[in-house]
Amino acid sequence: MRIFTAMPAVPPNMKPMEIVPLGDSALLVTLGDRIDEANHARVRAATLALEHARPPAVTEIVPAYASVTVFYHPLQAIAEGAPESDVAGWLAARVRERLARLPSRPSVPAGRRWEIPVCYDADFAPDLPEIAARTGVSRDNIVAMHTQATFLVYLIGFAPGFPYLGGLPEQLSMPRRAESRKRVAPGSVGIIGTQCCVYPVETPGGWNLIGRTPMRLYRPESDRPALLRAGDRVTFHAISRQEFDGWKES
Amino acid sequence: MTLTVLKPGLLTTVQDQGRPGLQAQGIPVGGAVDAFAARVANALVGNDDGSAVLEMVLQGAQLRADQDTLVALCGAGLGLAVNGVEMLSDRPVRVRAGEIISGIARATGARACLAVAGGIDVPRVFGSRSTYVRGRMGGFEGRPLIAGDVVPVGKPSELSGALAKALDAGGERHPAWSVRPETLGRVAAKGGVRVVRAPEWKRFTPAAQAALFSGSYTVTKDVDRMGMRLQGPRLDLIAPREEISSGMNIGVVQVPPNGQPIVLLVGRQSVGGYPRIAAVVSVDHGRLAQLRPGDLLTFAEVTLADAHRLLQARERDFLRVKNEIIRRVA
Repeated sequence: MRIFTAMPAVPPNMKPMEIVPLGDSALLVTLGDRIDEANHARVRAATLALEHARPPAVTEIVPAYASVTVFYHPLQAIAEGAPESDVAGWLAARVRERLARLPSRPSVPAGRRWEIPVCYDADFAPDLPEIAARTGVSRDNIVAMHTQATFLVYLIGFAPGFPYLGGLPEQLSMPRRAESRKRVAPGSVGIIGTQCCVYPVETPGGWNLIGRTPMRLYRPESDRPALLRAGDRVTFHAISRQEFDGWKES
Repeated sequence: MTLTVLKPGLLTTVQDQGRPGLQAQGIPVGGAVDAFAARVANALVGNDDGSAVLEMVLQGAQLRADQDTLVALCGAGLGLAVNGVEMLSDRPVRVRAGEIISGIARATGARACLAVAGGIDVPRVFGSRSTYVRGRMGGFEGRPLIAGDVVPVGKPSELSGALAKALDAGGERHPAWSVRPETLGRVAAKGGVRVVRAPEWKRFTPAAQAALFSGSYTVTKDVDRMGMRLQGPRLDLIAPREEISSGMNIGVVQVPPNGQPIVLLVGRQSVGGYPRIAAVVSVDHGRLAQLRPGDLLTFAEVTLADAHRLLQARERDFLRVKNEIIRRVA
């Protein structure tokens, strides 16, 4: 069952919507200028509104933190009546029309909840010592804080099924690593600022690694390859190395 | 009909026009890097535009045709040989059962698409046959081809049959006519691509804005399906600030803090956080696809309306040549 919950209020100094071209086959619809739950709710509401009534010639709608990118087929737009001299303006007007009644405090469907097991063993957490040194928080307390926080999936991007999770305590805030690793193992859990991520497949990466999950967040064989979606809530719980090695997906 | 891979080449994958619709799950659109070359190659053998082709990079594959077929190679990066004899690109070539088709390395260009009558017939995954290697999705088992693979080919169309029959009637390997994807539409100046301004254009210094169009950029060794790093005049922001990641598009020229631009290609990630100064227009994405490390690249500005007119002009040319192909065998 879908539950509709009101999301937190939008600050009064909210940025007005802005639509600009992103190349000759996309429009960037910017709804806010900061990463917060209010903008997240607006992004989700805008995505739903556009998916519900897709403007003509639109091929894909991609939500991010505070913006939505609307991809279109220029020639199809012209075939649908867009003037050759202003295809983007014609489409932008149609996008704007659909978002005109977007409330500043939209109600969006509540996301699902996930509990993700993480093994914080030294082998899987190469950056824990540096995080402890920099933040003055002990290793055990970093793990405690990470497992006590509830994270919001702001978006999926960068790599297949890769979630950008917000909700890490400010106290653990770390910059991106000065040097990216060429290979980050699948399942690696990383942090930057107040954000957390999980690498579902092996990629290069610059996040500070604190553990690893045996859970598969990318399932190419499934109908919906990315396990998590924007709007879901995530908590992490610690597992031992033995539990990690013996993990079986249910 | 099947093709048996004897040598896989450097990186040979099944590709089509890409897999839109999954970016919100972090899965790139992908498809042939030189997507227009793939469409033209398909047209040359009587396939639908969206049929799957084999994309080769720099060093060609060697394949055995297991039955009689018709193939066409487009894209400047490689040449085509049948049983060791070089064939002309950009036209249908008759290949007999047991003959060996090879891609030949060239001094310029980076990629080529080999279309086969009937199209490469691997299963569609989320509507596309293209290979997404990092996601182990689509194509031939989600990976580049290796020696010993037997690649399925679909049933040739009536047009494919007519093209083959016309060649057989004249006892010819290939016709005298050709269609080069690089020549259709209104072509960019040599060594250049056309761009429109991108969302963060105004945040770059006037010097950076001027340098983008007056300078020339060298393609570094850092090139893959996701994008290519360039080296040239520095592009600086007026006031650098932390960006909130947002959507990206093929052709976008983004600038990391070192001031050296990165041009995004079909395998680009769905979101990114670097400021975007410009975006290469759709008709010039093929030009990007053919750049190799060491090549020089210049940027010229056009309006968005120009970009769309260029696309229309190329599409009209393409439609005209497709009709000519049909007329030649009618």
